[in-house]
Amino acid sequence: MKNELARRLGALVVATLLLALVPLATSDYALHIAIQILLWGFVYTAWSLMGKFGLVSLGHGAFLGIGAYASPLLWNYAGLTPWLGIPIGILAAMLLALIIGYPCFRLRVVGHYFALVTLALSQVALLTIVAARDITGGSLGMTPKAVGHSWYALQFPEKPYFYAIALAVWVFGILIWHFVDIGKGRAALDAIAEDEGAAAAIGVDVMREKLRVTLASAALTAFGGALLSQYFMYVNPDTLSGIGVSLQIVFAAIAGGMYSALGPTAGGLFTIALPEILRVTMGTNFVGAANTIYGALLVIFIIFMPRGVIGLIESRLAAAPARKISKEPAA
Amino acid sequence: MDIYLFEAIINGILLGGVLALLALGLNLIFGVIDVVWICYAELVMCGMYMIFWLHSFFGWPILLASFAAILGVAGLGVLLHLLVISPILGSAPINQLLATGGMLFFLQSLATLLFGTDFRNIGVRLPLIELGDIFISYSRLLAFGTALIGAVALYLFLSRTYLGIAMRAIAQDREIMGLMGVDQRRVYLITSAVGGALAGLAACLLVLQYDVHPFIGLSFGPITFMICVLGGLGNMIGGFIAAFVMSQIIAVGGYYFSIEISYVLAFVFFIVLMFIRPQGLLAR
Repeated sequence: MKNELARRLGALVVATLLLALVPLATSDYALHIAIQILLWGFVYTAWSLMGKFGLVSLGHGAFLGIGAYASPLLWNYAGLTPWLGIPIGILAAMLLALIIGYPCFRLRVVGHYFALVTLALSQVALLTIVAARDITGGSLGMTPKAVGHSWYALQFPEKPYFYAIALAVWVFGILIWHFVDIGKGRAALDAIAEDEGAAAAIGVDVMREKLRVTLASAALTAFGGALLSQYFMYVNPDTLSGIGVSLQIVFAAIAGGMYSALGPTAGGLFTIALPEILRVTMGTNFVGAANTIYGALLVIFIIFMPRGVIGLIESRLAAAPARKISKEPAA
Repeated sequence: MDIYLFEAIINGILLGGVLALLALGLNLIFGVIDVVWICYAELVMCGMYMIFWLHSFFGWPILLASFAAILGVAGLGVLLHLLVISPILGSAPINQLLATGGMLFFLQSLATLLFGTDFRNIGVRLPLIELGDIFISYSRLLAFGTALIGAVALYLFLSRTYLGIAMRAIAQDREIMGLMGVDQRRVYLITSAVGGALAGLAACLLVLQYDVHPFIGLSFGPITFMICVLGGLGNMIGGFIAAFVMSQIIAVGGYYFSIEISYVLAFVFFIVLMFIRPQGLLAR
């Protein structure tokens, strides 16, 4: 266990150092893409914390939306710094997760039903934001008051600053992922995913384990939403809340591979870079081409590669050395 | 009673008819194949585009175009089943839900790619009916009536024909029916076709009331799922009743507040009811 942890940490440190060098070598445009990949990768990673244990939530658009709107709203109307606004948004998202999660887990709302209840949740968030158009700007979105470069307002027009923030947050997300993956709760959650009744019978506190991972996932998602709105300096209900975003989160995590630490980030690479590449190479005449290809690929992924790209690579890599080891005498 | 409130209630009942029709199709698919077509409303969108192009561009008469659209969407349903559902029939139910969710993206963006994001109208304007002080849209009344006829036809099909009975039997016990000599594959294909045809019928009715655009599915897709779950997934009578409950919440909520708030109310009602009656309205 200790060695495994050290190995994973070591790999993460090396990857982080390499990624930290990126701003030295690239343009603002490439950084812009990289920041989006890291931030969305963080959100997708947060979703996969639940997803890989069979808790398929289509409600993450709601958590993302709360996180994204809380700090700009508090900043614009109360002058509250995002340093407080973001934690408030995160707490609000956790509260919502508790309000929905507790009855769901108590009443054993699972599978399809869990997906559809959470789907309703993301739609509620979207419509509430649109309906409160007097303060949120409705479908037109809103812009936090810009003050230029400021730590107090957490606004940085220069890309490298936000790249550093995005990288740090992304690393944090990956660490949490490993923490959950290695932690004691993992076996319990695996057991719950396999058979909830049996898990409860052998003494797993189903409610506590499920709620913990759900709250963590909601909090991280809201955090990601907050940073996305701070980075873009613009929030819009359709891109940061609602069913479309919820599905985007789910698909990116699955396409990348929700059972691997880097899978969701690979999903981010795919969902952010693919539309960019198509837009650059094919021009704007093909609005929708990226999403058409994306949608078709998703279906193909789910049918043929339910463990995602990274999952596929990992299982190939794991298959090769495993044979070598088996020849050695057991130590 | 306030005349506008009365009008809202009438409109709610009429809206309920179309929602009930959509819920019936989705429930049929779920009951028989045990799959939720997340992209159901997108099939309706495809049907609406078919009618639009056939009628407005190729100049087909509206009835012929509607008929073609029903057949066309039934075909799409079969294709969806063959290409997407049948390869993953054995895997986790959530994968099937997600695969059809991928189709939602695909159909939506394909429509954007092919037709752009313009709102298109077939330009058929049906008159308003005036009853005393209230106005009822003729197209809504037509939709309501057709939806009821569709529901009755489906009921007769399921209770009186060999195929319909086979479908219901499969819904009750998948394995035994195979042993009894019912060709499951064939029944699934026919169910997909009937489910698609119902989506096509809904498209015919909706195209008279709404403009077509690639994202129209999102405006009534989620509410349709809520209705099905509320009625108990696969329970057609439950879905039928739930459609009218939800449409009343939307119509009356829209009268007192705003249309977004009314949908929020409907979804919150759904979430709360899921906690009170997780198996649906009619569960015992």
